[in-house]
Amino acid sequence: MPVRFEVNGKTVEVEVEPRTTLADCLRHQLRLTGTHLGCEHGVCGACTVIVDGAAVRSCLMLAVQAEGAEVVTVEGLSNDDDLTPLQKSFRKHHALQCGFCTPGMITTAHALLSEEPDCDAARVREVLSGNLCRCTGYISIVEAVLDARAAYRRDDRTQNKP
Amino acid sequence: MKLPAFDYACPTTLPEAVQLLASRDDAKPLAGGQSLMPMLAFRLAQPALLVDLRKLSELRAIRISDKGVALGAMVRWRDIEDDERLATAHPLLKAAVAHVAHYQIRNRGTVGGSIAHADPAAEMPGIAVTCDAEIAVVGKSGAQVFAAADFFQGALTTALAPDQIIVEVRLPPWPKNRRWGFQEFARRRGDFALAGAAVFYDEGAGGKAINAHVGVIGVGDRPLRLDAVEAVVNGQAIDEATIARAEAAAAAAVDPQDDIHASAAYRRALAGTMVERALKQAAA
Repeated sequence: MPVRFEVNGKTVEVEVEPRTTLADCLRHQLRLTGTHLGCEHGVCGACTVIVDGAAVRSCLMLAVQAEGAEVVTVEGLSNDDDLTPLQKSFRKHHALQCGFCTPGMITTAHALLSEEPDCDAARVREVLSGNLCRCTGYISIVEAVLDARAAYRRDDRTQNKP
Repeated sequence: MKLPAFDYACPTTLPEAVQLLASRDDAKPLAGGQSLMPMLAFRLAQPALLVDLRKLSELRAIRISDKGVALGAMVRWRDIEDDERLATAHPLLKAAVAHVAHYQIRNRGTVGGSIAHADPAAEMPGIAVTCDAEIAVVGKSGAQVFAAADFFQGALTTALAPDQIIVEVRLPPWPKNRRWGFQEFARRRGDFALAGAAVFYDEGAGGKAINAHVGVIGVGDRPLRLDAVEAVVNGQAIDEATIARAEAAAAAAVDPQDDIHASAAYRRALAGTMVERALKQAAA
């Protein structure tokens, strides 16, 4: 069935089976392979995307349920000119090793910091508890997210947008 | 982990949704999908038709009145977390929901979905049973109200008929000075609890406990009220001696099974400990 929604600011229309998850639609139909699939049953958090401002697991949502929604994937959180403050912070703190979980970490952290730029370390840990990193780099990831808060506190948040 | 094939419908009214559910043998409502989607991924569920409830905005309300707190079936954990009125209107609910799942799941998971899924370790069914909630549903033969105690019939098994949709979960009014505690233990915060306890009581003459409600999750095939523990608590001052007796009574009252996460003996002990901690929290 046809489904129409917005991805990273662009309207897309795709033909999907009802059983197609949003994650598979993004990767296979829209070729947005930045969204990674780890467990495909809602445990690992790697496939996190932002739907209407809220971080959700794209493997636990059908593509047809995205009808009319605004979806932001990890591709939508970067630009070609420069690293965003969140990306810079991840690089500075060595907050990734193999990088498989990173798209989910970035999208989750972006959703969190956009809503709660003053969150403390406990809150960051609580939120990231839904994202598995098997290289076990959690300490550096938490530090990277905490360090990026300042960029989200500014009134002019445009620099976090692509 | 690809989902089985199914048809999909997204009705805009409740009667239409009921009609769709009744139209096919193996139709299932889809609320937030945070339990149903994994069930589909594992092919534990293979419905012929999914009826998406996301356009039924009348199911998204949190109503607070002198009759208590009514949670629409499509209310998300996130909505409960964000609703400041609930801090006084139902603090036990708010505390329990703080333990439900992880950040991303909380943005989609719903009250009705959790009640219908009926995981024995889930917080919302535990709160419903502990608080004597009513579960309002509609089906092809009209509206029906279940007492929570009658609704949960076993692991992932409820009294809900295939054509019925949960509309609302109604929690009785919460008096201002009620004492309460909620405790659970999970190896990773947000994961399903190995065991948990919800308790509340009111204070009668001399500060002694009356109207005690003690519920546990994760230690049986459904959420349980523990009458034996309530009997220990009622009429007593909630001091160390009473709490110790309540802990022993809770461990004796439950009959958990061994599974891959924990032994029966461990879960039994944990049920006692959770009741102990919840009562300490309530009395503090």
